[in-house]
Amino acid sequence: MAKRKASARWARVGVYAFLLFAAAFFLLPLYIMLTTSFKSMEEIRLGQIFALPSAPSLDAWRAAWSEACTGVSCDGVRGGFWNSVTIAVPSIVLPILLGAINGYALSWWKPKGGEWLFGILMMGAFIPIQVMIYPLVKLEAAIGIYSSLPGIVLVHLVFAMPIMTLLFRNYYASLPAELFKAARVDGGGFWRIFVQLVLPMSTPMLIVAAIMQITGVWNDYILGLTFAGRENQPMTVQLNNVINTTTGERLYNLNMAATILTSAVPLLVYLISGRWFVRGIAAGAVK
Amino acid sequence: MKRRSLAAWGALLPLAVIVGVGYVGTVLWTVRTSMSSSRTFPRDDFVGLQQFERLLESERWQLAIHNLAVYGALYIVAAMVIGFLLAVFIDQKVRGEGVLRTAFLYPYAMSFVATGLVWQWVLNPDSGLQNAMQKMGWTSFEFDWIVDQDMVIYTVVIAGTWQGAGLVMALMLAGLRGIDEEIWKAARLDGIPTWRVYLSIVLPMIGPTLATVFTLLAVGVVKVFDTVVAMTQGGPGIASDVPAKFIMDHLFARANLGLASAGAVVLLLTVLALVAPLAYARSRQAAKGGH
Amino acid sequence: MSGVNIQGLSIRFGANEVIKNLDLQVHEGEFLVLLGPSGCGKSTLLHSIAGLIDVSGGSIHIGGQDMTDAEPAERGIGMVFQSYALYPTMTVERNMSFGPRVAGVPKAEIERRVNRAAEMLQLTPLLNRKPAQLSGGQRQRVAIGRALVREAGVFLFDEPLSNLDAKLRAELRRELKLLHQTLGNTMIYVTHDQVEAMTLASRIVVMKSGVIQQIGTPSEVYERPANLFVAGFLGAPAINLVPAQVGSDGRSLQGVLPLQLADGRVKAGQKVVLGVRPEHVRLQADGRWRATVQLVEPMGNHQVIWMTLGDQGFSVLVHDGRRIAAGDVLAFDIDESLLSVFDAASEVRLT
Repeated sequence: MAKRKASARWARVGVYAFLLFAAAFFLLPLYIMLTTSFKSMEEIRLGQIFALPSAPSLDAWRAAWSEACTGVSCDGVRGGFWNSVTIAVPSIVLPILLGAINGYALSWWKPKGGEWLFGILMMGAFIPIQVMIYPLVKLEAAIGIYSSLPGIVLVHLVFAMPIMTLLFRNYYASLPAELFKAARVDGGGFWRIFVQLVLPMSTPMLIVAAIMQITGVWNDYILGLTFAGRENQPMTVQLNNVINTTTGERLYNLNMAATILTSAVPLLVYLISGRWFVRGIAAGAVK
Repeated sequence: MKRRSLAAWGALLPLAVIVGVGYVGTVLWTVRTSMSSSRTFPRDDFVGLQQFERLLESERWQLAIHNLAVYGALYIVAAMVIGFLLAVFIDQKVRGEGVLRTAFLYPYAMSFVATGLVWQWVLNPDSGLQNAMQKMGWTSFEFDWIVDQDMVIYTVVIAGTWQGAGLVMALMLAGLRGIDEEIWKAARLDGIPTWRVYLSIVLPMIGPTLATVFTLLAVGVVKVFDTVVAMTQGGPGIASDVPAKFIMDHLFARANLGLASAGAVVLLLTVLALVAPLAYARSRQAAKGGH
Repeated sequence: MSGVNIQGLSIRFGANEVIKNLDLQVHEGEFLVLLGPSGCGKSTLLHSIAGLIDVSGGSIHIGGQDMTDAEPAERGIGMVFQSYALYPTMTVERNMSFGPRVAGVPKAEIERRVNRAAEMLQLTPLLNRKPAQLSGGQRQRVAIGRALVREAGVFLFDEPLSNLDAKLRAELRRELKLLHQTLGNTMIYVTHDQVEAMTLASRIVVMKSGVIQQIGTPSEVYERPANLFVAGFLGAPAINLVPAQVGSDGRSLQGVLPLQLADGRVKAGQKVVLGVRPEHVRLQADGRWRATVQLVEPMGNHQVIWMTLGDQGFSVLVHDGRRIAAGDVLAFDIDESLLSVFDAASEVRLT
């Protein structure tokens, strides 16, 4: 009995040891990012990455925000920040709205052929971007919105449709079916039932969808690179320009500050929403 | 009854257009282009499978595929094993679960670009890990993989695993938590050691979760682009090139639409091959009365 | 108030014909109960009257108008669901007024209707609460109120009491009966519970596998069941079914309960089944037959005695508290006029 208790305790120690060691590995880059951003270039050149900054300063942060050269100009990443915001807002609202409407139509009204449409959409979720990107460029150019804000928003809308529709369809399918019957007996039409009954009940899923979209859109690189146009480049594209295309000496402290600034929004969203974030991933992943 | 369908289809019209044009249309276009000799501009001719032959002969493509295979195998194994272990250990009713989960999942909230950039910095031999170890006294420590043509792809694996293992952990934890408490009680009564329960009882039970995670990771592997661009720019030279980057480069910079489209079609087929078994299994399960 | 006329109705789910060529006339003002086991098609029939399910053939007329293809809201119906289906984000008042609001009824009229229904169902103090704050019984009343407010010609009930506990069920059952007596509207009610059917119905429609077995008043269906299924479905404890064979004289029955039949609707040699209700069996010392008591179930206001008759069980309902023990041998008799005789092969009633 005592032997079992002892080995159980050792096992417990082992579990915590493993987890703490793993946590250290995972947190290490964050630690390094932060410390590097507060150091001076001299300190970085002479020192090593694990050391704490001797005289922490915000110079690198200021420079990253308003002075770094992003290829187009040298105004820092703040331009990219506002671009990302401008891209994000419609790219979050529109897909969520459309996804909710689609999910509602497919799960409650079950129109003929709806299952086929949904099936093709689900297959579409797996199509690599590279297959779709050039035809989309051509299409947008033909309409005249290539390399513009509407251009990037439309692309985000297209790529968000599978996951948004899936999330809402599954959620609405889990609501009691008799609610729909009662609403139909009461005479509610398609849109009235949606606005007065279904939307008010959608709050949990709206939150999950918003979190997933914010993260996805903010962190996107390839679509922003291709479709947004020079004036609307999102923060991720500018970040890559700052770091990988500068000539002369690389300002590592500035680079790290810029990286943290670029990751700030989704990290903040994650830290605040924690559980919802995981729910969203799980809901989307477990098809 | 017919009126019902009409109203719903009216609302679904945008989706139908997106699916028809954006998804089906683009795939058809790319497949068509892959069988033409398009270069900077699309050409209407038909050259059969010539582009695919040229693709297979291209040394750069071969390297990209090789990199993808290496990256894919290592990344998936590492992410699944580490993710599973993390999930199992956290499932042991440890204290501070919230904090731990945050520590493992926050990388997933960061963009691939940021991930690539951070790890580029950490693994930089002159100022990163190698330099730090040497300065701390371990003067013979070497870790210059990121500038080594043969080893650079492994650095991408490290960065990718760091970002993806947390997601695997979150999904596996959800799967583990779905297992009935009573199974544990029954196992305890039978005197089975914990690790054995996980291996022989739990693992088979979360089979569907494992399959989903594997498919998710595999699809992500095929699409890997941002991380490589940010971390190594495909270098040194083309040593860490991957198919997605190959295609993008040939679509835009190198202006060879036909070849790039062929590459894209190959990518698509690979993804379909990965997804098909899972989809088949799901539909069989649904027919048996799963959903 | 509207009657409902159903002719030649057929409903198909995929390849499965759930309702086959069904005819049913629902009289104005009556309380019609659709009774049957799960899967018999009663809910499907109700939903098709409501317009929630498409029909594959036949017609449905409500209030004299052809409503076969009409939308639910156009049929002049109100419906109460098993799970109440109250709109969770709306207050009781808004739940009840949703239908009239959609129809564009003027505000003053909506208020009048809602208040009237609320008063009838004792919901007035609850008008501003949300469904989550109500008890099961209160929610069911709101569901009924929502149907009432539509001032429809026909009210449809889909097993509305199944989700309530026994005591609440009995209480609401009586309230529903009172409601029908007060309003007098046509009501079509689906249930699998024969007690509900017997107490509420003006007529009962017994269904099995999509086919109507019998339509009649509760006493008709109970005392003169049209076939073995109906006989067995109504009555608790269930009717005693005793096989017998008609003798060569065409009138005497041979078996564990030998009898003489009064009229000659049976043929010599025919195999039949006798149906004897437990309460029609009289325990009397001079009874014609004897059996051994197997077990006794005391029910408070009556007792059920289970005896072995030949190789089958036989139940007797006794309204007094006389002491009977397992193993006792009892003599009993039956009034032949209260018997039902069914043909063994076709299961149809003969007498």
